[in-house]
Amino acid sequence: MTGIANLRELFTRNIRTSGIYIAFVLIIVLFSVLTDGLLLSSRNMTSLVLQFSYILILAIGMVIIIIGGHIDLSVGSVVALTGAVAAVVVIRGEQPWWVGVLAALGTGLLVGAWQGFWVAYVGIPAFIVTLAGMLLFRGLTLEVLNNVSLSPFPSEYTSIASGFLNGLLGGYGYDTFTLVIFAIGVLGFAYNAWRNRRARVAYKQTVEAPVLFVLKLVVIAAVVMWFAWNLATYRGLPAVLIILAVLVMVYTLVTKHSVFGRHVYAIGGNLAAAQLSGVRVKRVNFWMFVNMGFLAAIAGIVYSARSSAAQPAAGNMFELDAIAACFIGGAAVTGGIGTVTGAMVGGLIMAVMSNGMSLMGVDQSTQQIVKGVVLLLAVAFDVWNKKRAAAAR
Amino acid sequence: MADSAPTDILEMRGITKTFPGVKALQDVNLTVRRGEIHAICGENGAGKSTLMKVLSGVYPYGTYDGDIVLDGETAQFGTINDSEARGVVIIHQELALVPYLSIAENIFLGNERRRAGGAIDWNRTNAEAAALLERVGLNETPTTLVSALGVGKQQLLEIAKAISKDVSLLILDEPTAALNDNDSEHLLNLLRQFKAQGITSIMISHKLAEIAEIADRTTIIRDGQSIETFDMAEAGASSEAIQNRIIRGMVGRDLDNRYPARESHPGAEVLRIEDWTVHHPTQPGRVVVDRANLNVRAGEVVGIAGLMGAGRTELAMSVFGRSYGRDISGKVYLDGKQVTVGTVPDAIKAGIAYVSEDRKQYGLNLIEDIKRNISAAGLGKLSKNGFVDANEELKVAGEYRDSMNIRTPNVLVEVGKLSGGNQQKVVLSKWLYTAPEVLILDEPTRGIDVGAKYEIYTIINELVAAGKAVLVISSELPELLGICDRIYTLAFGRITGEADVASATQEGLMALMTQENTQETKA
Repeated sequence: MTGIANLRELFTRNIRTSGIYIAFVLIIVLFSVLTDGLLLSSRNMTSLVLQFSYILILAIGMVIIIIGGHIDLSVGSVVALTGAVAAVVVIRGEQPWWVGVLAALGTGLLVGAWQGFWVAYVGIPAFIVTLAGMLLFRGLTLEVLNNVSLSPFPSEYTSIASGFLNGLLGGYGYDTFTLVIFAIGVLGFAYNAWRNRRARVAYKQTVEAPVLFVLKLVVIAAVVMWFAWNLATYRGLPAVLIILAVLVMVYTLVTKHSVFGRHVYAIGGNLAAAQLSGVRVKRVNFWMFVNMGFLAAIAGIVYSARSSAAQPAAGNMFELDAIAACFIGGAAVTGGIGTVTGAMVGGLIMAVMSNGMSLMGVDQSTQQIVKGVVLLLAVAFDVWNKKRAAAAR
Repeated sequence: MADSAPTDILEMRGITKTFPGVKALQDVNLTVRRGEIHAICGENGAGKSTLMKVLSGVYPYGTYDGDIVLDGETAQFGTINDSEARGVVIIHQELALVPYLSIAENIFLGNERRRAGGAIDWNRTNAEAAALLERVGLNETPTTLVSALGVGKQQLLEIAKAISKDVSLLILDEPTAALNDNDSEHLLNLLRQFKAQGITSIMISHKLAEIAEIADRTTIIRDGQSIETFDMAEAGASSEAIQNRIIRGMVGRDLDNRYPARESHPGAEVLRIEDWTVHHPTQPGRVVVDRANLNVRAGEVVGIAGLMGAGRTELAMSVFGRSYGRDISGKVYLDGKQVTVGTVPDAIKAGIAYVSEDRKQYGLNLIEDIKRNISAAGLGKLSKNGFVDANEELKVAGEYRDSMNIRTPNVLVEVGKLSGGNQQKVVLSKWLYTAPEVLILDEPTRGIDVGAKYEIYTIINELVAAGKAVLVISSELPELLGICDRIYTLAFGRITGEADVASATQEGLMALMTQENTQETKA
């Protein structure tokens, strides 16, 4: 039964996910008006990416944990610990920058394995395990750093977060390389979307009307290329953005198409059914946390590189921003629902709000209040949406 | 005084209760005399519990049709509190006690004994609790935590809680299902005492011997309708005669052609279970399945008949990768070779599939689409290097949609939105895709309409025609007689009999299904 979905269906069918994109656009429009366009200036957009990249990296791991029906409260402390380990190796131990990176990643994996062990094999709720981890790893950070900040990192290390890739293809007031990379990305996305569409048609599934499909691609391409133009006319392509883009692509693939990803959704959606379908629940839970530790280490590296220092208080409250990003991005509190892209958009909504309010000179207290209300409303919407769906059943 | 207290304490007239798509009760009438013990009998799903939930206000006035007349007055209960205020108290099959509160706290939960200021009067609470415990013959101090009590004592505590509310009509839903013989006997004596004190009881039970022993009258419910009410004294002279009378009432129904015909050609033995014993996962020492032996041949449909709580599901799930129970002992043979299936993945690899009786809880991920539910157990076949071939998955799901006749526009529909019958076909598809040799189907037609049932039976026939071995668990005897080659009966964790379908009768099976364990002392 091939059918052509109309515009209305496109929105109502997936109100949970499409709602978030609409909200994102509205928030951007709102804050660009309120800041007289400052929000969308080349310079501000670049710094926005740099400033919130580590939250987005954390949100990737966090959304997988949340889909699996768990939570991780320790990631802020893990960011601090991995950054501290890197600093001790690179600054105090005078090792090359890449040894520090490997040490940080190793630490993150160990932390993840530790928490995964308690959650998966001992059966302690993740809330407790990671609450303990939050204290434990913060304490270890203080131990490793002897209670003092270590700085500065050598420039090779800091360029992970503050470096730019540009000038490779020359430029005329803008960076050609940045534009080329983005253009390749857009084309790849378009090709992939077209291939999916064809496959769905071949399997007699509903697809949107051709006009709508093209329109969607054109809008996305225009927005992305406009963003690229802004980066290109400022300082070029931030290295962090490449790291983030690769992570988003890899983890979108993992969550959508890997057996592991399927099992995560199955566990979060119905634990008993997953178990009776042969999912090795313990193993999947364990690797979920190892993965979270790995991503927290990457965030720790990026954060320490950006501040060129390892501080005892680094990463404080990052876990809450990451968790909020997931829920604003449509992840369900009860597990089983959520996407990496949703979490990214959720994180960006938080980023734009913080950034926009800072530009407006709104003080910290008001910012926190607004962010709190937005998180509450986002989850309230999720609950309401579920009730509505249940009533329609 | 005679006018104010009519002889009938309760009259339920023309009760009809509809759930979306199912008529659970249809024009049910029930009359209970003051001071009697009235038993309600019927097969699982006949509507007994639904009727009691209507009576106690769990289903509030307005969600059903018909009248409830209590003490000569029409009653319109909006909540359980309304019915309790009128002296109607129900004790549900699943005990509703808070384990980490004391006995006294549980008795007066929601009904606390207070001082003038509103603070709880602990002395009065504990003293009144002690008096109630004595009335029900429970020899415990009121401050003991409920978690320290066994099931039998908890049941008595539920009764103490009920009589604390000035009960005039006590409803017990399967009160002895989880009790051993001594505890059951104690409980029945208690009911007799209450009767002497003028309390009326309604009791739902599958243990026919108990009913024959204790009840004054019995009402039979079948397929959501009240069939008959008879006096036990007139039903028969001996306990056995009374039980036969009840069984006749419970199973007697028209058997039209609801089962597709099938020729039976059983082949070699595929599955054999020997001396299979399973213990309860949280109550150590409680035997749930007791030394069960059974076998299934290729191309054969074998039934397991048992009432609720007989250990049917526990037997099936423990065989399926030990997904239920602890201290499991016994042997499993597949194709004549002894195998160990310690985990669900092992079981799937060995070619066993288990379709759960509760598809919403154990069978499906309701928030996912059809495609992903169908592929859930056989994902290994669809993936290479850890990644799922999405196109192949879509194709497979589409094929099952067509072959199983799952009525849906496409396979991307959320499973939670499908009807019960279509959901069941999704679960079956999931297991068929794992290419099993043995399928254990636990209540495969529960909660689905007649048309879909016929389709499921047809699928079962196709499976055995293809040489699969099928084990069907059901509490609907006509269903088992209609689709099986052989039937085992299970009662209280034991296999009490095996019958060829040609020689089996509903009465014979029901007698075996309700046969209590007489060898307790010998073992």
